[in-house]
Amino acid sequence: MKFSYWKSNLIILSSLLVIWFIVSFGFGIIWSDNLDNFRIGGFKLGFWFSQQGSIYFFVLIIFLYVYLMNKLEKKFFSDSKKLNSKDKN
Amino acid sequence: MELKTLTYLFVGISFAIYIGIAIWSRARSTNDFYIAGKGVNPIANGMATAADWMSAASFISMAGLIAFLGKDGSVYLMGWTGGYVLLALLLAPYLRKFGKYTVPDFIGTRYYSKAARLVAIVCLIFISFTYVAGQMRGVGIVFSRFLEVDINTGVIIGMLIVFFYAVLGGMKGITYTQVAQYCVLIFAYMVPAIFISLMITNNPIPQLGFGDKIAGSSVYLLDKLDQLSLELGFNAYTDNNKSNVDIFFITAALMFGTAGLPHVIVRFFTVPKVSDARKSAGYALVFIALLYTTAPAVAAFAKINFIDSVQEVEYKNAPEWFKNWEEIGLIAWKDKNNDGIINYSKGNALDGIKPKYLDKEGTHGERLTSNNPNTTNSNEVYIDNDIMVLANPEIAQLPNWVIALVAAGALAAALSTAAGLLLVISASISHDLMKKILMPKITEKQELLFARCAAAVAIFIAGLFGIYPPGFVAQVVAFAFGLAASTIFPALFLGIFYKGLNKEGAIAGMISGLVATSSYIIYFKFFNSQLNTAENWFLGISPEGFGFFGMIINFCVALIVTNFYSKPPKEIYQMIDNIRQP
Repeated sequence: MKFSYWKSNLIILSSLLVIWFIVSFGFGIIWSDNLDNFRIGGFKLGFWFSQQGSIYFFVLIIFLYVYLMNKLEKKFFSDSKKLNSKDKN
Repeated sequence: MELKTLTYLFVGISFAIYIGIAIWSRARSTNDFYIAGKGVNPIANGMATAADWMSAASFISMAGLIAFLGKDGSVYLMGWTGGYVLLALLLAPYLRKFGKYTVPDFIGTRYYSKAARLVAIVCLIFISFTYVAGQMRGVGIVFSRFLEVDINTGVIIGMLIVFFYAVLGGMKGITYTQVAQYCVLIFAYMVPAIFISLMITNNPIPQLGFGDKIAGSSVYLLDKLDQLSLELGFNAYTDNNKSNVDIFFITAALMFGTAGLPHVIVRFFTVPKVSDARKSAGYALVFIALLYTTAPAVAAFAKINFIDSVQEVEYKNAPEWFKNWEEIGLIAWKDKNNDGIINYSKGNALDGIKPKYLDKEGTHGERLTSNNPNTTNSNEVYIDNDIMVLANPEIAQLPNWVIALVAAGALAAALSTAAGLLLVISASISHDLMKKILMPKITEKQELLFARCAAAVAIFIAGLFGIYPPGFVAQVVAFAFGLAASTIFPALFLGIFYKGLNKEGAIAGMISGLVATSSYIIYFKFFNSQLNTAENWFLGISPEGFGFFGMIINFCVALIVTNFYSKPPKEIYQMIDNIRQP
């Protein structure tokens, strides 16, 4: 185990934020016009990313984060019962 | 059945459900009232968040706005969904772990300062009221069009319903009514979209349909739309009008603004566990994405339908809906060339943009306006973007029950958002202002009473906004997101991820973000609206996108100022270590 829980969290979330940036600001805005040269069906690709694709990726990113963090928490806190029961603060 | 009867039936049933849920889920403690006793299932919370988030503007106006803006409209689509990634990754789990009631609560505690709490309260109240004003206008429009009651009566009915379940049920009541409202609104949005998609493209899935070929031809819908737009003098529908810099900044301001909106953030305080907060943000986005990926399809269908059914049609043969909406004041026709034929093209039809109706009919039976025709273009049609969704079922000649459903859905969208906003306003007044600053000695019972009174007062003020709509509503929406992005988001983000930030840094950051963003918006929107063009903007950033710049200013100022003062006390370091653990 090389990294602490917090360090691993930071690595996971910054890599996911890079994807978040690329699919929205990248494909949807900055390179959108270049991507428009490619088509999927009736959609120009850049247009599709800006009005559809980016949103699908956002959903995937969040669920990927949920999955990775659950795995991470299991690794670091599996012995603690606190995670499995409702905390009452 | 007749449309009006059906509408009364649908709206009546949905209202009865909301009230029933409110009675069933009454709040008994402040814990219930503020955060629903932290017992909300993450999927239910996702639905509630989606209803909370999708306002009258999302339901009624967004597709119309996109139909009008074409590809530029994607700033709203990406901006209002991408913020959930930031919420799920950067804020929601930690704020849930913090475990208190409100956003100012976190800021006040983390920065060990009443001043910081106060700045947060001011920003929160401003942001939330800005938003509420728009919801009440939405309620008024729906009532006047579909139930043919006076707008003011409509607003009062809406106020009473919200009053009932927000004051009685608090967050608990609101959460479960929002779940019901989500179901109503998404059903009401999807049904006409699917019908229209089938009608135009033979494809039952709108998200795919608008990338499909037009039924009975070999032309793709979007290609046809591009071609029509060019013919009428617009830019191609699938091309940008705005500069990339501006689109970038607006999208960013909306994303970070979304992540900083108090009424969205508090929804994540209501789930049982930290991991539920993340999951819940994911579900919320799924439920939101369902509408947000349908909206651009609806926009494209509506635009092509609209052009098809009015362009170069004689006014006396114009479809019934055209005249209905003219009667309500959201469409106007000025026969510039006196040929009796409707000509739709680029540009404002009327001088002064909004029509001022005379009580007279023109030669063709149209409603006359006192505006002079705008002679710089040949467009004869004024159309309010809002009607694209509301009129869509009529334009597509769908059965009456679909139209009635849309009315119930629009009301659900407006009421759910209004209730969520009123709750954060009341919580920040009773909990943060009264309990934590002014009268720390009050008991829980008294605090709960204050919360209910504050909710009642807030509803009353919101109702006034609906009855006497301030003319500046549209302008201040940029404000709400700009302020959330430039004040609340950075304070929360740095509070979690940068332990060394002291109260001086945070307060200086929030105030500089607030001042920079609001002065830029006020300068261009209120005092010098004639200068509000790309050449005069700072670095080409429009007022809508300036919140992102304000956020950068906030970060810089906070990180510089913090170096001149002592570090935060030890308890704060411990507190942050604690919220970083799941």
